[in-house]
Amino acid sequence: MLSILLQAVAAEAATAKLGAAIGAGIAAIGAGIGIGKIGGSAMEAIGRQPEVSSDIRSNMIVAAALVEGVAFLAIIVAILALVM
Amino acid sequence: MSQSIDTKKAGKIGKIAFGILLVILGLLGVAAFTSNSESEEKGELNIKEMIFGHVQDAYNWHITTIGDKHISISLPCIVYGQNGLDVFCSSKLGHEGHYTEYNGYKIAEEGNYAGKIVEVSTGKRPWDFSITKNVVSLLISCALLLIIFLSIAKKYKSNGFCKPTGLQAVLEPLIVSLNDDIIKPSVGKNHKKFTWYLLTVFFFIFINNLLGIIPIFPGGANLTGNIAITFVLAALTFLLTNIFGTKAYFLDIIWPKVPKWLKFPLPIMQFIEFLGIFTKPIALCIRLFANMFAGHVMVLVLVGLIFVFSQLSVGVGLGFSVVSVLLVVFMSLLECLVCFIQAYVFMTLSALFIGMAQVEEEEE
Repeated sequence: MLSILLQAVAAEAATAKLGAAIGAGIAAIGAGIGIGKIGGSAMEAIGRQPEVSSDIRSNMIVAAALVEGVAFLAIIVAILALVM
Repeated sequence: MSQSIDTKKAGKIGKIAFGILLVILGLLGVAAFTSNSESEEKGELNIKEMIFGHVQDAYNWHITTIGDKHISISLPCIVYGQNGLDVFCSSKLGHEGHYTEYNGYKIAEEGNYAGKIVEVSTGKRPWDFSITKNVVSLLISCALLLIIFLSIAKKYKSNGFCKPTGLQAVLEPLIVSLNDDIIKPSVGKNHKKFTWYLLTVFFFIFINNLLGIIPIFPGGANLTGNIAITFVLAALTFLLTNIFGTKAYFLDIIWPKVPKWLKFPLPIMQFIEFLGIFTKPIALCIRLFANMFAGHVMVLVLVGLIFVFSQLSVGVGLGFSVVSVLLVVFMSLLECLVCFIQAYVFMTLSALFIGMAQVEEEEE
């Protein structure tokens, strides 16, 4: 078991690519869950009170952009792990 | 009666405009296709070169490649090194693959400064004020902004309050809704002091994002996907927030209104609040950069997939190119939406940060 791990660490480029890919996948999961929750609660709110739907829409977009910003931070780290 | 004719005309013009947009976006696939005709023999490594060649800065503006001939505009290089100021055309430094030396300067091939001008004798970078592709794109977008907004302003000066026409009619609802719905509520009392910055930053980012999507000269330079540009924009927001922040704002950072044990003897809240001053603009910078960079890279990857698949066989490549062009059109339309949303979010968050720094002194 230990020798397999040591071999994997020695092949640095391969572990870097593996780590980058897994990191990007986890970032996608995080962004998906976050923005899904935001969209879901926005839909519920519009269903309750359709006349303020444009207000809700602008707030939803701001919140989604903030969540996406964090996900993109993770993507940048993954790209750096891949190329450096 | 005249109203129904107007809506019919508007519908027709809308359909024609949409058709033109789709054709332009489809041309993106074709443009990338013609510019990469050499990679069919070379292999997968060239895809990485193509992608990074399209999103990075360069000393010449490559327009297309017809067969073996590169059609590109060589831009001037302005460097200040050990031998003083030097201004020369970048074509003297050679092209991709065979870089030549000129006057003690050459473009480094590998290492930290790959792709940039270094002095041959020391191997370090001189002061580089070259007019690169990004600088030309910046000048083009600034000229566009000035033309659009100065012409609208002149119309207001000469006509005053009357029915808006033409470009004025397109932009006035946008500007008014941005001002009334976002800037005034977010910034609060002193909104008039900051409207100029917030509206300028919105339209600057919006127009640069849109120019980045256009596949051909004068668009296509990845300006907002360059972290130096977004860093400067975020730095401007940071400076405006903190220079015009009231005393109560800084007092809230040094001695926030939280339970005593969070601030004394261990300054936990102070540390967090101090970090917060810097993380908010940094997040602005990275959000815009990552969105634009990732969008460009995704479109280029989708086009590059055609070549990856055509290595299996020409038939698979041709078949996949249909799928790829459709995907590229879809991605580019999504990118148009993302352009607007990113400019909107940058402006909204800047307005929020500036407004949060204008804390009123509370009378206890």
